[in-house]
Amino acid sequence: MAKILLEMKNITKTFPGVKALDNVNLKVEEGEIHALVGENGAGKSTLMNVLSGIYPYGTYEGDIIYNGETCKFSTIKDSESRGIVIIHQELALVPEMTIGENMYLGNERGSKAKIDWVTTYSEADKYLKMVGLTESSKVLVKEIGTGKQQLVEIAKALAKNAKLLILDEPTSSLNEEDSRALLDLMLGFKKQGMTMIIITHKLNEVSYVADKITVVRDGSTIETIDNAGHDIDEDRIIKGMVGREITNRFPKREGVKIGDVNLEVSGWTVRHPLYPERTVVNNVSINVRKGEVVGIYGLMGAGRTELAMSIFGQSYGILTGGTLKLNGQEVRLKKSPTDAIKHKIAYVTEDRKGNGLILSQSIKVNTSLANLDSISNKTVIDKDREYQVAEEYRVKLKTKTPSVEQLVGNLSGGNQQKVLLAKWMFAEPEVLILDEPTRGIDVGAKYEIYCIINDLAAEGKSVIMISSELPEVLAMSDRIYIMNASRIVGEMKASEATQENIMAAILKSGRGD
Amino acid sequence: MKSVGATSYLKKNTMLIALVAVIIFFSIVTQGKILYAQNINNLISQNGYVFVLASGMLLCILTGGNIDLAVGSVVCFTGGIGAVMMQAKMPTFLAVLVMLAVGLAIGMFQGFWIAWVSVPPFIATLAGMYAFRGLANVVLGGYAVGINDTAFLNVFGGGADCYIPDFLNGKNLNMTCLVVGIIGTLIFVIMTLRGIAVNKKKGIVGSSTTSTVVKMVIIAALILWITYKLSQYKGIPTVLIWIAVVLLVYGYITTNTAIGRYFYAVGGNEKATRLSGVNTKKVYFIAYANMGLLAGLAGILTVARASSAQPTYGQGYEMDAIASCFIGGASAYGGVGKITGVIIGAALMGIINQGMSIMGISTNYQRAVKGIVLLVAVLVDVLSKKEKA
Repeated sequence: MAKILLEMKNITKTFPGVKALDNVNLKVEEGEIHALVGENGAGKSTLMNVLSGIYPYGTYEGDIIYNGETCKFSTIKDSESRGIVIIHQELALVPEMTIGENMYLGNERGSKAKIDWVTTYSEADKYLKMVGLTESSKVLVKEIGTGKQQLVEIAKALAKNAKLLILDEPTSSLNEEDSRALLDLMLGFKKQGMTMIIITHKLNEVSYVADKITVVRDGSTIETIDNAGHDIDEDRIIKGMVGREITNRFPKREGVKIGDVNLEVSGWTVRHPLYPERTVVNNVSINVRKGEVVGIYGLMGAGRTELAMSIFGQSYGILTGGTLKLNGQEVRLKKSPTDAIKHKIAYVTEDRKGNGLILSQSIKVNTSLANLDSISNKTVIDKDREYQVAEEYRVKLKTKTPSVEQLVGNLSGGNQQKVLLAKWMFAEPEVLILDEPTRGIDVGAKYEIYCIINDLAAEGKSVIMISSELPEVLAMSDRIYIMNASRIVGEMKASEATQENIMAAILKSGRGD
Repeated sequence: MKSVGATSYLKKNTMLIALVAVIIFFSIVTQGKILYAQNINNLISQNGYVFVLASGMLLCILTGGNIDLAVGSVVCFTGGIGAVMMQAKMPTFLAVLVMLAVGLAIGMFQGFWIAWVSVPPFIATLAGMYAFRGLANVVLGGYAVGINDTAFLNVFGGGADCYIPDFLNGKNLNMTCLVVGIIGTLIFVIMTLRGIAVNKKKGIVGSSTTSTVVKMVIIAALILWITYKLSQYKGIPTVLIWIAVVLLVYGYITTNTAIGRYFYAVGGNEKATRLSGVNTKKVYFIAYANMGLLAGLAGILTVARASSAQPTYGQGYEMDAIASCFIGGASAYGGVGKITGVIIGAALMGIINQGMSIMGISTNYQRAVKGIVLLVAVLVDVLSKKEKA
């Protein structure tokens, strides 16, 4: 048996009112890749924050034994000096600085009074090479893509002499190709003896890189599964994550009549708002019928959100070609969401905190925001009516909250998503574009969101559901479009679609480039 | 249970309690002088501009912590134009109209750059602060211009007769003032009780009924007491009418209208608001255009109160307005703030000034205290939020 590099023993961490971690145990052997999986809010990130000293010694119970010694980290600097380096999910790079400056930010070469730029850049270049980047370290971070920025983060960690590298969802903003490259890089590091902990939601990645998998649920470690053969079944992991066999993850939609084409775009072409030479949506033609749920499957960066937002009153990019028909009539929407809403189109964003909700306001205020006109005489708001409306949707969508006066910022992800849906349902659209409607919410809330989607279809609304979760797309859609590299590369009926032929459509289109 | 309710009540109304505490403090150290009818009258007359400017500033701050640094200069500029016009014997109403129109035009000018060209508000209004201070000097030729248009002075709170005449001919007390105070209090009490009843009927679990009633009693008592004091002196100063109108109008706008809602929404999450079909540029524009209009009104009140316009008038007014908003609980990031907060903030600063003046403390120390009050007020806010998290 290999040497145990890290052992976290009986870790308990309490926040006012919540026990975030309850007697957690984690053992990591030297030279392995250890995956930490669990639903959102299960406590994975909290555990890593305890390890790295973000939650200092004394604010939690239990012991951290690293390299045979009990550690009492009180800052990140302490853990980093021992070689424990964490790379957070959100990139922490300053766009306006060079790669080299970023890598040594807070860890500058030379003396306090004078930074040694020669050493900085020559060392930076060395580490960049190790992660497979050919860029000079004097290039500004904003000039390289997200995939490369993620690699810079890793190079930055290496520059700190990392012995134990913790990667928190390193591929969440990467496309398939960059993700694969990053995972292979991890495997390469492993060969050189590095120990790594990876937190991820993508179970195929877990099975690919991890030697051991620890499942965290509700603040406790459930089990550690051995994956030396890299062949573990994903359902096996899910079972551990949710604590039961999931037999019915998707509610059935039955007896919904599919009507005429409601929305149709053809030849839709959109360019990037800042770099007009880049085409982000290329000659896309799609349609959706009344009572139909159309899935758009594609990987991150395929252009799905861009397509949706450009249909929604050109709220993204520069539209250079294409027509939009509503109920068979060609419509030219003005460049504003207002006009799209007037034409009964709704776009439910994937980024509910950034683009969707006002966290500092109540459920009531958020629910009515997109359709204030209907509860006011355009000037004065009928507050009683507003309250009734918010109540109505709270009951209808089963939003869990003491009252609709509650601030949205205090709700869980699933309930926030329901408020966002309520807001757009209240705008009375005929076409709803749902962008990743179940991102970052737990299995139970997902089921309820699927039920809402089914109800919308039953009411005769047209639903376009964008998702990067294949099982969800397969189970919820009547028809599926496959999008890759800003084009629609396939269309199939749900009854004919399988994981294999969808992935095949993507791979085939990839080869054409 | 009771103690939890009490602490949350204390937290929610920290500034109201601070206001009462400050009043009690100064009544003790000035041996009650601060409560003399004349001093209360002066307090209102001297701080009229703060209430007016802070109401407008609140809207700007709501849109995302944006401020308007130009208002002090605009007050001086519009006031200067009015004074010059009245000196030239132009009709009073025309002068008033021009002052308001110029204020509005300046607000629209600044709002245009901020909303449609995306010039940061701080910079756009800093430019305005320099430019209109200079132009005010040009209009006034560098001198003080006196105003002796009595109609103007009476209506806008300057000179000796700027009070609502006593139609009811009270002997020692100004009866009109008392009656207005009683009617106002009654309306306030009835509205509050109705609000509680409506909330109960709808089953809204909001702030507890007891805390609302306690607050209502305190505020009603304050209104009654102030009007009683004013009736002992010369009655209702006309400037109080303007303050009351502005506060009522903007209180209504911020709580009951769609545009009011949009100020909060834009400050809370601009992108989400835009994607909800709100023209966010228009919201910024309206906030600044409105600020200009109110700066015009404040200009009128300022030159009326002094019976003259001088090139130095209005200096630092922008900071008084901004500080009132923040002391009153507005968020420096936008999206949070109330007109009631503005009233408390402005009153608190006014009383501290007045109290220290009566004690004979120099204005330099007064400023230092003002600074500390602002810091402490925001500190209390920040700390109470931290506890929650």
